[in-house]
Amino acid sequence: MDTLQTTPPGLQEEKQYNTLNLGPTHPATHGIFQNVLQMDGEYIVSGEATIGYIHRAFEKLAEHRPFYQVTPITDRLNYCSSPINNIGWHLTVEKLLGVKTPKRVDYMRVIIMELARITDHLICNSVVGVDTGALTGFVYVFQQREHVYEIYEEICGSRLTTNIGRIGGFERDFDDKVMRKIRKFLDEFPKVWKEFEGLLSRNRIFMDRTIGVGGISVEDALSYGFTGPNLRAAGLDYDVRVMNPYSSYEDFDFIIPVGQSGDVYDRFCVRNEEIWQSLSIIEQAYAKLMAMPQGEYFAPVPEFYLPPKQDVYTKMEALIWHFKIVMGEVDIPKGEVYHAVEGGNGELGFYLISDGGRQPYRLHFRRPCFIYYQAFPEMIKGSMLSDAILTMSSMNVIAGELDA
Amino acid sequence: MTATDITHESIVERLSAQFPGKILSHDEPFGLLSLNVPREDVIDIIKWLKEDAAFQFIFLTDLCGVHFPEQSGQELGVIYHVHSLVHNIRLRLRTFFPANDPVVPTATTVFKGANWMERETFDFFGIRFTGHPDLRRILNVDDMDYHPLLKQYPLEDGTRTDKDDKYFGR
Repeated sequence: MDTLQTTPPGLQEEKQYNTLNLGPTHPATHGIFQNVLQMDGEYIVSGEATIGYIHRAFEKLAEHRPFYQVTPITDRLNYCSSPINNIGWHLTVEKLLGVKTPKRVDYMRVIIMELARITDHLICNSVVGVDTGALTGFVYVFQQREHVYEIYEEICGSRLTTNIGRIGGFERDFDDKVMRKIRKFLDEFPKVWKEFEGLLSRNRIFMDRTIGVGGISVEDALSYGFTGPNLRAAGLDYDVRVMNPYSSYEDFDFIIPVGQSGDVYDRFCVRNEEIWQSLSIIEQAYAKLMAMPQGEYFAPVPEFYLPPKQDVYTKMEALIWHFKIVMGEVDIPKGEVYHAVEGGNGELGFYLISDGGRQPYRLHFRRPCFIYYQAFPEMIKGSMLSDAILTMSSMNVIAGELDA
Repeated sequence: MTATDITHESIVERLSAQFPGKILSHDEPFGLLSLNVPREDVIDIIKWLKEDAAFQFIFLTDLCGVHFPEQSGQELGVIYHVHSLVHNIRLRLRTFFPANDPVVPTATTVFKGANWMERETFDFFGIRFTGHPDLRRILNVDDMDYHPLLKQYPLEDGTRTDKDDKYFGR
């Protein structure tokens, strides 16, 4: 910044800038992002982001898939927290169908979504550590992500792209084994996360490296459509879980952490605090689930809830429903619905238009990082190249969600 | 006007007073007030909604295109979702126009975030936003010569020759 300003104006016109092609595949950008930067030495004069390298036409695909086949597509948006995408999609469909889910389903969903939020923030924050030169924390907390993935695996059988749950609930109840694994995670994770925080959050080197880097004002953040931790780090307490509660989030006590300057350090701190809040939500949901009888893990919507497999083989009615659902023979009501959930990096919205056919007429994903990544060139203008890398990783831009 | 005074009726009433005859119709699918407005006025309405001291629809949540080939004269549309974070009210604005004249004024003058959303809409529907600073394709390749989310284009490209359907019966 300083060198740019101290250059006499006459000299600046003759100055030639270097063009630096950062990406599409660059080890420091954690994904397929291309930025064409005009460099003045180590300082960025201007940048231009090119995206779309892993575009997979999800919106077109979704127009040709029955509702259940759209769920795996949503997995591949923000793949660091795919259960939130799955459940967000199921909630959207349930809103269209007018399905009321039992409280037990809501609490089970809350547990899964908060576990997903923890893994999402865990990756983002530990990668910020990596980009400032601290690899140890990243490797250390990844073991905890593994434990969360074991919980997913116990519930639905898969780990990264989970395809979790059903329209109306879950395919099976949380049994004792799942509850034991959640309990184990709740007991072990806080110690690990405290240690991770102790490594970075008051570390002088880390603070010097992140405070005042990649900041954005709250007005700009709003104008650019920021949501999630990035908006909250800039100082506005907008959280979909509180503003428009879904899946019984109104039953839980938690606070929304906010920052002030919207810089890398504030984003890091907001995510850290959200992890603690998520843990508290999971504790509350865990207690509520333990106080409940098992068994009510889906809503009574036979037209859309896939029946249990053992019933399909033994009961005629279940076989018929299974066939109708899988073949897309069930009519969907006409309607136009927008539903938003608080995803790992912001407001994840589903805008669904149904014309009564077997598949969505139009499905638009409001992908939070597609919308806020456009502010990136402006945020890095005048900063150093190494700070630009840090800014990008602290914004939690996920290539799958960016390019849909 | 406090938050409790703002009802959907009051929004429609004040908008109709401010923009007489411009609110073509309104409905509330799933509790979300949706207004159909002419394309010439949609940006003025969004700007007014943002700047009005009582409503403060300060956040553009989403902007996307839609295509209804059977609605003659109204085939293409742009859907705006705005959100008053102050009063926690969402609002949907729809504007429809003929497919042979797909031109809408840009929302980038009101919200910076509309930039990429409009580029995406142009990319997939061919809707041109007048006044947009940089209207180029964003997700598809630059030399693509059609707009793939329009309903006349099938999911798979019929001109592909690299797929052998003989054994897999696609």
